[in-house]
Amino acid sequence: MSFTSLFSIALGAILVENYILVQFLGICPFLGVSKKTDTAFGMSMAVIFVMAVASAVTWLVNNFLLERLGLQFMQTVAFILVIAALVQFVEMFLQKAMPALYQSLGIYLPLITTNCAVLGVALLNVQSGYNFIEAVINGTAAAVGFSLALMLFASIRERLEFAEYPKSFEGFPIALITAALLAISFMGFSGLEVFK
Amino acid sequence: MNSIISAVLVLGVLGAVFGLILAVASKVFEVEKNELLEPVMDALPGANCGGCGFAGCSTCAQAIIDGKAPPNACPVGGEASAEKIAALLGLEMNKNTRLSAFVNCSGGNNAVKKYQYLGLKDCHAAMKIAGGPTECAYGCIGLGSCVSACMFGALSIQNGVAKVDHEKCTGCLRCVEACPKQIIHPVPYYADVNVACSSHERGAVLRKICNIGCLGCKICERTCQHDAIHVVDNLAVIDYDKCIGCGECALKCPRHLISDANLDRTPHVSSVDKAANS
Repeated sequence: MSFTSLFSIALGAILVENYILVQFLGICPFLGVSKKTDTAFGMSMAVIFVMAVASAVTWLVNNFLLERLGLQFMQTVAFILVIAALVQFVEMFLQKAMPALYQSLGIYLPLITTNCAVLGVALLNVQSGYNFIEAVINGTAAAVGFSLALMLFASIRERLEFAEYPKSFEGFPIALITAALLAISFMGFSGLEVFK
Repeated sequence: MNSIISAVLVLGVLGAVFGLILAVASKVFEVEKNELLEPVMDALPGANCGGCGFAGCSTCAQAIIDGKAPPNACPVGGEASAEKIAALLGLEMNKNTRLSAFVNCSGGNNAVKKYQYLGLKDCHAAMKIAGGPTECAYGCIGLGSCVSACMFGALSIQNGVAKVDHEKCTGCLRCVEACPKQIIHPVPYYADVNVACSSHERGAVLRKICNIGCLGCKICERTCQHDAIHVVDNLAVIDYDKCIGCGECALKCPRHLISDANLDRTPHVSSVDKAANS
């Protein structure tokens, strides 16, 4: 495990295997909280925190509890439990520390629980056989990739407010077209291999 | 068997540990909530429809408590929920603030058409062709853009004109925005008389294009004892602050376009006050 292999994992998770635009995980907040850049930023921070800590805790739970006891079939249930507890914690923290952000995130904050990107990263960590540090790096980088896609999309959507397009495209139709174009642009990263 | 027991144990212990952490966290990060929030939330319908313009019922309740929104902010809950909330907050419920929409046109089949429109059933589309099929520039097109905008089924097209069902209207005023001719206006819910015309054409011109529109003859103005109806730019306009809803103007109007269909409704609140004073 060298620095370069960690860097390769991180870059891969951010660009090549971008969770939203390449693997299509976590689409719900991608469309739901991308109207304004500041709420998108808040959501990104919450997801980065949840995904980083979830990667660490799920790795510990998987390696020290489930694998030792031969309970790998309980992975999904146990991971969901971990993620739900983490999201609850983040929600309480935000309500206390940043009520304005809590208000603007609204229903999408508890929905991080069911954000498949979070469960996805936990399961993919196990599947790829990462060690603890690799798992945490992969989780954080995947969340950074999620944030990158979300922030890009939110800034484009903010600009779209002033663009002229047919009225029937207002709202989700134009957002979906934008998302598709963004996903196509991320296809340019596919096949990018660093230090391998 | 063994794996079942260990699975139950592991998940149980994990759940208990996380539960404990969250219990501690909820004490540490406790947020003081306004004690009124819960009862106000209960008075609201709880559908989280966003009809009030807020993100959901809890946000709306908070805004009402903070005084940023009136007690009747919820168009769905209507009067019942507004009265409950007003009682909770100790506010006086001003009934005149409740709005409903009114279509200021009764042309439709009574109005002369410029051409026969066969396109999309949408007023905005019809407007694109020479300003709509009605000869009268202020007339209702009758293709029902307002009907599809209404979330409460309060609008319908009758005799070629949109009509608001007063009882179903919640005063959300989506139809007001949807009308390309801008002839739907918010009026006080307790307004008893309304002028069903928007035309500013002179009488001589209007007579040729509409059988029913306001001619600006000023008979209503002369009839009114309360200085509440005036002809401005060839159109009778009611001043709802002065109107007591006696309906005299509606009786005298030679075109019968001042509607007074709601005589049996609860009287105008200010009219009760005025009657007591005089």
